[in-house]
Amino acid sequence: MKNNKAASSPLLDKAGAKPGLFAKNGTTTIISSFISIIIGMAIGSIIVAVVAIFNDSIDARSAWEGIRLIFLGVFSTGRDSAGSLTFGFNPTNFGDMLFRATPIILTGLSVAVAYKTGLFNIGASGQYLMGTAATLAIALSVPSATVPPVVIWILAFLGGIAAGAVWGAIPGLLKSLLNINEVISCIMTNWIAANLVTWFFDANPQFKNASESGKTAYICKTTSNGVATSKMFLDKIFPGSQVNGCIIIAIVIAIIVYIVMNKTTFGYQLKACGGNRYAAKYAGINDKRNIVLSMAIAGGLAGSAAALYWLSGNTEFYWATYQALPTEGFNGIPVAFLAANNPIGVIFTGILMSMLNIAGLQIKNLTTYNEYLTDIIIAVIVYLSSFVLIIKTFLAKRAVKKNDKKSDEAVVETVVFDDDMKPAAENNGEAAE
Amino acid sequence: MVFLIQQTLAYAVPLMIVALAGVFAERSGIINLALEGIMIFGAFVGVQFVKIMQEKEAFTVEQGQILLLVTLLACAVAGALFSLLLSFSAIKLKADQTLGGTALNMLAPALVLFLINVVAKQNILRIPGSSAKWFMIKKSTLGIPGDKDIGFFGEIFLNKVYISTYICIIAFIVLSIILYKTKFGLRLRACGENPQAADSLGINVYKMRYTGTTISGALAGVGGFVYALGAAGCSASGEVAGFGFLALAVMIFGNWNPGNIAVSALLFGLFKCIAASYSSIDINGDGVYLLANIGISSHVYRLLPYLITIIVLAFTSKKSRAPKAEGIPYDKGAR
Repeated sequence: MKNNKAASSPLLDKAGAKPGLFAKNGTTTIISSFISIIIGMAIGSIIVAVVAIFNDSIDARSAWEGIRLIFLGVFSTGRDSAGSLTFGFNPTNFGDMLFRATPIILTGLSVAVAYKTGLFNIGASGQYLMGTAATLAIALSVPSATVPPVVIWILAFLGGIAAGAVWGAIPGLLKSLLNINEVISCIMTNWIAANLVTWFFDANPQFKNASESGKTAYICKTTSNGVATSKMFLDKIFPGSQVNGCIIIAIVIAIIVYIVMNKTTFGYQLKACGGNRYAAKYAGINDKRNIVLSMAIAGGLAGSAAALYWLSGNTEFYWATYQALPTEGFNGIPVAFLAANNPIGVIFTGILMSMLNIAGLQIKNLTTYNEYLTDIIIAVIVYLSSFVLIIKTFLAKRAVKKNDKKSDEAVVETVVFDDDMKPAAENNGEAAE
Repeated sequence: MVFLIQQTLAYAVPLMIVALAGVFAERSGIINLALEGIMIFGAFVGVQFVKIMQEKEAFTVEQGQILLLVTLLACAVAGALFSLLLSFSAIKLKADQTLGGTALNMLAPALVLFLINVVAKQNILRIPGSSAKWFMIKKSTLGIPGDKDIGFFGEIFLNKVYISTYICIIAFIVLSIILYKTKFGLRLRACGENPQAADSLGINVYKMRYTGTTISGALAGVGGFVYALGAAGCSASGEVAGFGFLALAVMIFGNWNPGNIAVSALLFGLFKCIAASYSSIDINGDGVYLLANIGISSHVYRLLPYLITIIVLAFTSKKSRAPKAEGIPYDKGAR
């Protein structure tokens, strides 16, 4: 049921059914995602209020400010001379929002593609780290005096994708050849990646940023040798922000993924493996190859997230990362699930998540609260999204039953197909045997 | 050598107890991916509890051991309550357990860092007193003069140790016996292997799974504080350096069996200890730092546990003893 919209639409087209149900499915997705976001924000507001009640140094006014910023943070324009919050169009916030959306749109796509093949890609963090290392190593080691920066950029971008793809293919291979649960192997490869990346940069001091004193364990920005991503005139629309062309590239990638998953035979095979691996095999699909490919694509997408983020040249990479994994990888999970794993939907949920992120920064800058509030909200949304799918299934089944009574044959056909599509949770369980 | 063994124990004990936490959840049929999150939450609650108690002067320095026991209890309660979020979604709502666990792993550091920032205005929460002075058992604590030789084993087990280490070891043994030698343990394991059969014999599968996950949460909460006490000097900073995931690796490496888990926890603890301080370990006391001279990078020791877990999984995947029904929501109506 997870890929309801995507899975049922080609069949519906074939059967010539009314587009009513199709629209209905899309609507349920949006409604249930919207509900979980609102609940997440409400819980964030409750936490703000509770903290204010128990903490004497926070008065009701700043609590109210915190709550307003949770919902409207991206529109915040600071404070006026009287000291109260002002709201309006803030180009810096919007630009930063688009910049921060880039990596999580791509890690969201990574999680979504794997999930459509019935795999839970919890390893996006590790793939992201491997992509980071490859991208930065290429971008900073190819001499920019002799090679044009555009060529270096493309090499670094492709290198990041390749590194992520290789790293993603490992759990895929373990799953397809040895039937090892991909969640466990992804967790292990995550931490192996964290250690490998630390080791790599520890052993290669030429990448370290030694120019600024008091800084340890940081890698040079890609602006240091001019290999940064083009702004593509977005900085004219959003002056003062970190935005650059990478958001456009991310959107293009999302559209490509949508086309591959929904309009090609390959995409159909991947989804068939996700529905029921053994049924797909029976139908002549090479399930092992597809599982490896799906994980490699997922890894490549996570790698591209890292490549675009670090090639932007806005921030320095903290390389001594062996004790922590990048949050971008895990934030891909709510992005994918809120969009019901639809690649186009991922663009919007990714921007929404980064909107929350910007709200967090505003909360940190303008109130006594801190930016971790939005991490709580995101975590609550993930928690809710784990049963949003179930609510959706319930709603859809009820809708189908109603249609069933009208004896619409096409709808019945969809139902049969949907029932074949087991939830991935069951697949995971089988794999653990 | 004494230092090496003590450090290894300091890392191995939290791993052991948290891996056992994983066993309790998985034997009852729930994949507890949230071990890391529960540890983070438990560590925070413990440190905050100690902080409040010390500020309120509810205990004196001499009563440090009692305070430690009470704190461990508080951590167990906190971990158990936090794990209810997982069991509620996994059992009552039949949601995807992997996703639920991931959510808790994201929620715990966010919540903890948020609260630490509100309480302490920085990213780390420390206790006002010195944790070594309050909680560490030294020769002087036991009334032994500092210069008296208490032998090799005395040095290891009586000097500069925490009582929590022994509590964890005892809890580990007792709970392992409960899991394997009692009626309750048999029923719990049945729910993870074949819940339908268990239900047909009158066992309440839902209740058993709630119990398993709650015990799991309590143990992970304690493990989190033991980690914070031993490895982080009784401070909380919204992370436990991936110990929860390492404990998951220990559990798999130990094939869901407490005896093997104890051994693999010691092995992984040794790796962790070598990685953390390999340049200063003098194994036989002759002034030669053997491990530093071998020239293997500390990064190798750090990533070895994860690597060998994958390799072990690769070799044993055919005869893995993972509980058969783990991760599958139990539905009474299902065939």
